[in-house]
Amino acid sequence: MNTKIENKLTPVRIIAFIFVALWLVIAMFPFIWTLWGSFKVQADFFSKADWLNAIFGFHTEKQTGGFFTMDGYYGSWIEEEFWRAVINTSIVVFFTVLISLTFGTLGGYALARSTYRYAFWILMAGLIFRAMPHMTLISGYLQPFFAWNVWGILPTTIIVLVAINQPFTLWMLHSFFLNIPKDLDESAMCDGCNRFQAFRYVIIPIMWPGVITTGLFSFLLAYNDFTVTSMLLSDENETMIPAIASFLGTVQEEGKVMYAVAAVVSATAPLFFFVLFFQRQIVSGLTAGAVKG
Amino acid sequence: MKHSTFLLFSLPSLSVMFLFIAIPIVSVFIQSLHIEHKQVIIVTENCDPFGCETTTAVDTEASAKLKEKAPLGKFNGFKTYSNRMHFAFDEVGEAWKSSDSFTVFTKKLYNYPLYRALSFTLTYTFVVTPFVLFLGFLVAVGVNNLPKMFKGPTIFASLLPMIVTPLVGSLILFWMVDGDGVIGATLQKIFNDNSLSLKASPVLTWIMLMVYGIWHLMPFSFIVFYAGLQTVPQETIEAATIDGASKFQRIRHVVIPHLMPLAIFITLILLMDNFRVFEPIIGFRAEAHATSISWLIWNHLRESAYPLYNAAGATSMVTIFGVAILLLPVLIRTWRDFKEKNKG
Amino acid sequence: MLFKKLILVGFISLFFSSSLYAADCGPNGQSIRILASDFPAIHAIANSAESNCAGSASEFNRNHTTEARQIMNAAQTPNPAEYTSVIVANSTLVQLMNDGLVRPLDDLVEKYGGHLKSNQLITIDGKIMAIAFMANSQHMYYRTDILEKSGVDGIPATYDEVISAAEKIRAAGIMEHPLVMNLKVGWNVGEVFNTIYLAHGGEFFKPGSAEASINNAKGVAALETMKALVEYAHPDHLTQASDDTQGLWEAGQAAIGFMWGSRGGVILDNEGSSAEVTSNTVLSAAPTVTGGSIPGATLWWDGITIATNVSDSEAEATFAALVSGMTSEMVAANNDDAIWLIDGFKPGPAAAGVSATAQGGAKSYPMFAQMGLLHNALGAELVDFLKGSESAEQALSDVEAVYETAAKDAGYL
Repeated sequence: MNTKIENKLTPVRIIAFIFVALWLVIAMFPFIWTLWGSFKVQADFFSKADWLNAIFGFHTEKQTGGFFTMDGYYGSWIEEEFWRAVINTSIVVFFTVLISLTFGTLGGYALARSTYRYAFWILMAGLIFRAMPHMTLISGYLQPFFAWNVWGILPTTIIVLVAINQPFTLWMLHSFFLNIPKDLDESAMCDGCNRFQAFRYVIIPIMWPGVITTGLFSFLLAYNDFTVTSMLLSDENETMIPAIASFLGTVQEEGKVMYAVAAVVSATAPLFFFVLFFQRQIVSGLTAGAVKG
Repeated sequence: MKHSTFLLFSLPSLSVMFLFIAIPIVSVFIQSLHIEHKQVIIVTENCDPFGCETTTAVDTEASAKLKEKAPLGKFNGFKTYSNRMHFAFDEVGEAWKSSDSFTVFTKKLYNYPLYRALSFTLTYTFVVTPFVLFLGFLVAVGVNNLPKMFKGPTIFASLLPMIVTPLVGSLILFWMVDGDGVIGATLQKIFNDNSLSLKASPVLTWIMLMVYGIWHLMPFSFIVFYAGLQTVPQETIEAATIDGASKFQRIRHVVIPHLMPLAIFITLILLMDNFRVFEPIIGFRAEAHATSISWLIWNHLRESAYPLYNAAGATSMVTIFGVAILLLPVLIRTWRDFKEKNKG
Repeated sequence: MLFKKLILVGFISLFFSSSLYAADCGPNGQSIRILASDFPAIHAIANSAESNCAGSASEFNRNHTTEARQIMNAAQTPNPAEYTSVIVANSTLVQLMNDGLVRPLDDLVEKYGGHLKSNQLITIDGKIMAIAFMANSQHMYYRTDILEKSGVDGIPATYDEVISAAEKIRAAGIMEHPLVMNLKVGWNVGEVFNTIYLAHGGEFFKPGSAEASINNAKGVAALETMKALVEYAHPDHLTQASDDTQGLWEAGQAAIGFMWGSRGGVILDNEGSSAEVTSNTVLSAAPTVTGGSIPGATLWWDGITIATNVSDSEAEATFAALVSGMTSEMVAANNDDAIWLIDGFKPGPAAAGVSATAQGGAKSYPMFAQMGLLHNALGAELVDFLKGSESAEQALSDVEAVYETAAKDAGYL
């Protein structure tokens, strides 16, 4: 869309710029605020006296002697060994995305190419499955998982995340495959390929954009999940979000809220580099990953 | 595609969904038709560091015997659906008879948890969804017009509301909207009202939750629309430009029709997710003024020391049913598309 | 976390032969698995059990999670159970006992519990079901300087005196909202009602049955007291729980507070507050009603239990390990982490409120099997009254109706 005519600064474009800038401020402000505040003590960042304390660090200076403190980071990463949770999250997220996409591309492709009525009903069932509140599902899993002795381990959590993520993945990839012309793989089949070969040699090379977009959402789901991971993982397999939750304390016991804040900031930082690194792939993935309802 | 090939391709996907979602849904439904057996209660003397008290306890042996005979519990039919925790048919009927005006009746209706939750859930769904759709589209168009080098960082920054875990994100936002927090204090200054509190008034709480919902979900519609914008055929745009179409006309007549299928997809997902709104209510501690269907499930399962599986099951079924009704128009459309596709 | 500790313990046991252990760890080579919440006092108990007895156990596994309460019944139901011990509080013990998941400890106490104090033993129907190690309760916090400045004589001892003191502070123009309470909708607001209702001498259930009996004169009086107090609380009180009330207190924005004893230590320390606040903060007993004698609080304890569905030798080893940690040395090393019930505890100013409340004759949090359901109903249905959109009677009858539905579903009625 960047033709020469459009690169001129028209009033419309200026309004668009201002609008995007405004959105960026709204989108980023809480995060920037958190980033700044993570170097302060709790009495400043969550000040009940005056929010200016969060900026100027009145208590931080009194308690630590410096304008900034690394206490939150030191506490969460060194004392509470937050890095273990980061490793667990990486494992869970990696395998969830990998398996989700593998199952999803195969299933989505089949649904997109099938002309039978059951394909439609499977898609509808997928929507109903997606509507089921996760909390009810998880509370139903607990008893059998404990009885079969599979509770608390990473593979169980990964397969559960894959399963509850599957309806969305299936829908999105199905819509994406609908956009790939049928003739492509069918002509390959005329050339003597069977369905699997056609999928392997014709579809796989061109499906990446859609897969990346879907992968992005699978990633966010697995990364941010609390309902599943908090109920299904034991202490040594704990992932980031439950670990952060356990920093927050309870009604009776004070938590270490600043550990949680520092942990959130440091968990988001690698994503920034992840996005910058894969920027081209994500943007181009989005380019072709347009989905059709 | 042959049945056997179809099965081979879709087997992994279908089997995980069958095992982990379909079977549980059926079992949850069956559970919602049963209640627990009568517990055998005995009077006991409890002594702790602070003294002794007479209380009651469950006679576990006697109760276990009952449970062995019928592990699902006592069959209760659809009574769980019609009791006070759900549709409260008897109580609502009574309220209808005893109310002389519709306002009185709605006020009485509001006293029952499911109706209270529904009123917020539906308002939230129908306010947040269009805003997210519209604003997400605007941002996508805006970002699309940015110079290339800014696009990556802008996309990342736009994703932040979705990336930062709601657990801590809402904690920080909750503090910000406090009377002493940065947003709360600024609003007090703007409106010149020192007692303005976003947390104490029902109306402001609802607005706050919806603004949060829009903020949190914008990235989703933005990113899908942005993806869609990349596929708008250049030739059509250029042709329209040469014909003298203004920017707005181009968007109106070329871009929007092209993005229509995407808009439907987003609407589908948004309606479903907004109908299950839960996290903001917990995060902003808004239970005093706003509850949702998913909050009810959470309350049944977690908040009492005794998880009420039948009530949670029934509320979950209500959720699924509600989503199905909301999505019906879209589903009918998909059915037509499907039939058309297979004709051609 | 666990891995490193295991290595460390492994090294220790390499260098010192197991005969050097002073603690009696019961049968050797057993698997010890503990489920517990995640806070310092529980870590202290578990740490000391682990350093005493991990060497003689084949496995020493701890799961500290905020979700302990949510998973414990499912975890303990299979045979063998996932954990050999769950560390509980009053309310969670009931949750396990409802399903028969904890075993009587009488013989184990006889064998390994010589050093336990008799008030640590939680007995139900004559059988020891848990060993308590720490206590907690809500009580009053007040600022001496502000009370003095606004002309309040002495410490308010009844709710009426608290209300008139708050009025004096407001009238003196010192604070508009001098009171802080944990009134967050849900568990917290239900708990506030419980404390005030108990102070009024109320009973939650009809004797010997699971039928609720709160819609009475005492219930209405308790709600009226609550309403009168709320007048002087921060406008956002329906969203405030411990972290917020503590924050307000430390920021010097409150003069009288009803908060948890376990927050006393962090409020009195020199972090997050000013010397003006900490040096003038005094912890005292929860108030009574005028003419009454029961402080408005519920007393809590935390303690250990042993699972039903594990082998006797595992149960024995787990019990021996856990009680081996309950020593005066452990208490001395972690004195300020909790209000310990174990010998050797030196109560500081942070423990004053809880002990005054307990000595004043406050009641324990009621251990009825069906209490959780009533508490939940209170938490959800009292809001309408506090917001002013419902009468006290209507709110209480709503509570009873909601409770009745839930209790029928759960089989209590």
